[in-house]
Amino acid sequence: MDLTFSPEEEAFRQEVRAFIADAKTRLPKGLGAAESADRSKEDYLAWHKLLFKKGWVAPLWPKQYGGTGWSVTQRYIFNEETAAAEMPTTLPFGLSMVAPVIFTYGNDEQKKKYLPRILSGEDWWCQGYSEPGSGSDLASLRTKAVREGDHYIVNGQKTWTTLAQFADMIFCLVRTDPNVKQQEGITFLLIDMKTPGITVKPIIVLDGAHEVNEVFFDNVKVPVENRVGEENKGWTYAKFLLVNERSGIAGVARSKKAVERLKEISGAETIDGQSLVDDEDFARKIADLEIDLAALEYTELRTLAQEAKGQMAGPESSILKIRGTEIQQRITELTVEAIGYFAYPNERALGHNDNVGPDYALGQAGHYFNMRKTSIYGGSNEIQRNIIAKAVLGL
Amino acid sequence: MDFSYTEEQTLLRNSVSKYLADNYKFESWRKFTRSEAGRDPNHWKQFAELGLLAAVLPEEHGGLGGGGVESSIIMEEFGKALVVEPYVPTVVIGGGFLKRGSDAQKEEWLARIAAGETILAFAFAEPRGRYNLADLATTAKKQGGSYVLNGQKAVVIGAPWADHFIVTARTSGGQRDKDGVSVFIVDKKAKGVTTRDYPTVDSLRASEVAFENVEVPAANLIGTADNGLPLIEQVVDEAIAAVCAEATGAMKVLVDTTVEYSKTRKQFGVPIGKFQVLQHRMVDMFVQYEQSVSITLMVTLKLAEEAVERAKAASAAKVTIGKAGRFVGQQAVQIHGGIGMTDELNVGHYFKRLTLIDTLFGNTDHHLKRYAALS
Repeated sequence: MDLTFSPEEEAFRQEVRAFIADAKTRLPKGLGAAESADRSKEDYLAWHKLLFKKGWVAPLWPKQYGGTGWSVTQRYIFNEETAAAEMPTTLPFGLSMVAPVIFTYGNDEQKKKYLPRILSGEDWWCQGYSEPGSGSDLASLRTKAVREGDHYIVNGQKTWTTLAQFADMIFCLVRTDPNVKQQEGITFLLIDMKTPGITVKPIIVLDGAHEVNEVFFDNVKVPVENRVGEENKGWTYAKFLLVNERSGIAGVARSKKAVERLKEISGAETIDGQSLVDDEDFARKIADLEIDLAALEYTELRTLAQEAKGQMAGPESSILKIRGTEIQQRITELTVEAIGYFAYPNERALGHNDNVGPDYALGQAGHYFNMRKTSIYGGSNEIQRNIIAKAVLGL
Repeated sequence: MDFSYTEEQTLLRNSVSKYLADNYKFESWRKFTRSEAGRDPNHWKQFAELGLLAAVLPEEHGGLGGGGVESSIIMEEFGKALVVEPYVPTVVIGGGFLKRGSDAQKEEWLARIAAGETILAFAFAEPRGRYNLADLATTAKKQGGSYVLNGQKAVVIGAPWADHFIVTARTSGGQRDKDGVSVFIVDKKAKGVTTRDYPTVDSLRASEVAFENVEVPAANLIGTADNGLPLIEQVVDEAIAAVCAEATGAMKVLVDTTVEYSKTRKQFGVPIGKFQVLQHRMVDMFVQYEQSVSITLMVTLKLAEEAVERAKAASAAKVTIGKAGRFVGQQAVQIHGGIGMTDELNVGHYFKRLTLIDTLFGNTDHHLKRYAALS
């Protein structure tokens, strides 16, 4: 058991750093920070495209489809460095959600057609899982697909569809058999967003951003070749994807950076003439946060070490989701606390980056409100606790 | 011991609550808080008509002679409806200072406040001062028959709607000295006053206010020069009692709405309110709400006590409300799930208001320290 990195791994770290330093000169400013909640499609894709050119956009994919072939440690180093440099994140919907489903369960035509376009950023994917009546109870979904010759006719509604306004494709769970056990009548379809009958309606969230959408399907014709795997076996693929979704959710490296930022901010803020970071009460809260984050980091490292031995993450990965999101939320909460009265201004309503208080206060309250979503999405933290209770503790 | 409301107090609550239920619905709130003005001025007129602006002002100056209990009744109802009108800055704070001012000031201002003819804003916080009411870089220098005001005030709530500011400034001593603080009423139109207006994240309006060589007549000094801090503390404690009442109103709505939602929202074939983990969570929300109501009652009843008792009660209430508001707000969003994250549903707006109430007049940490220091 040891914690040190080999000379090769250290060399890799240097390579990542050099790449980031160069990328920073090419990217629009402020992409990684809290204030840039409203981004254009181009902004979102800028980092993706640089990574693609370098061959680094898909660390989770097998090499044969364009993955990096990195070891678990290399992936860890890459995440650590990109987070420390506050680089933007690539969007998960194509790269880490649908792509693993396609290369694991899809046929050769599907792999050939979709994977290169996900890799290059040509296709923007969104996730058609949740429905108004099916949130935590996802398997109760009602959007139905009826087979008619070479097509499925899809009718229904999805919701909380992140960034669907930019999407070219949506992967959808649809009900193909209403007469069997819920989980056994679900099919996994890939649907072109330009198909007639699809309507996208924005949902504005607490910080005022247009981040999620409702997606309506009205007699949408989907070719049968867009089905992944077998009809009525979609739940298996859906669950596979959900476990993948959870594995990256701890966000340790990003939280470490956010704590660092919090310290900078509280270093700049004053209380009775001294720096807030030196205030005993506040320093204690930051320490408490850092300690919890350290415990989470080593929990994640244990998972990675297991993965390095070829063992897939099990249901205990729900710990990463629960603690990871709780910590992310506490950081935003403390940041709002640190900026005092400058939590009040709603800069978004003034036009962007038009800050009232210090630069670092810009958008922080909105960010705190927005981050409440993290204990709701990806399987709410209550659902994660159910998973641990059932699958780990056997309750 | 009797905690029951008088007939008049019950009537007051009913009239506020009825007016808001009929005229201050969430849908219209959404419209006017997003309009250019940020409010519908008609509500302020109606508040005056209903006697709400007069309720806590002295009878000899057009008021109805009420006190903390009346103020908390009004604010609790306001909290339920997310009222944005500047009742606290104008009546509780403006009225609070001016009813302790000179006879001329009482004569000039109180009847106008009661009639809804003036709106005041409280310019006290400073960009570097955090929650310390005496940490003032704004100065007022005596020159002949006037004071000359220089400095900047941060996040002055209600300032875009105000015609006058109540301003705290240093007339002597060092930046954080307890002595040397004075309070003035300053005309927003006075030469050298500039404002930068903006909406707040909880749908109020505020301004950054700068004073550059603003000449203020000595007659506009409220109370005695250099010895303003005790009065500021007293008025701010009264304002704390008022926003605590507002917070209990907001929490009440969140507890009720969440419980109701949990009875209708079905997942896994049953209403989510059947899940014990959510039941206990909602019980905890309810408990926190009840504790908040109790401590708000405590501070309301102790506002007239001597300074240390009053200040301890105010800080105790602010700490309780801060913690409870955070828990109730966060859990209301969590139990609603995705829908709780939307701008369309009222839940998120109550959560935001409660978040910012924790900041207003000093957050939980600040008041824990203050309480400890006074004990």
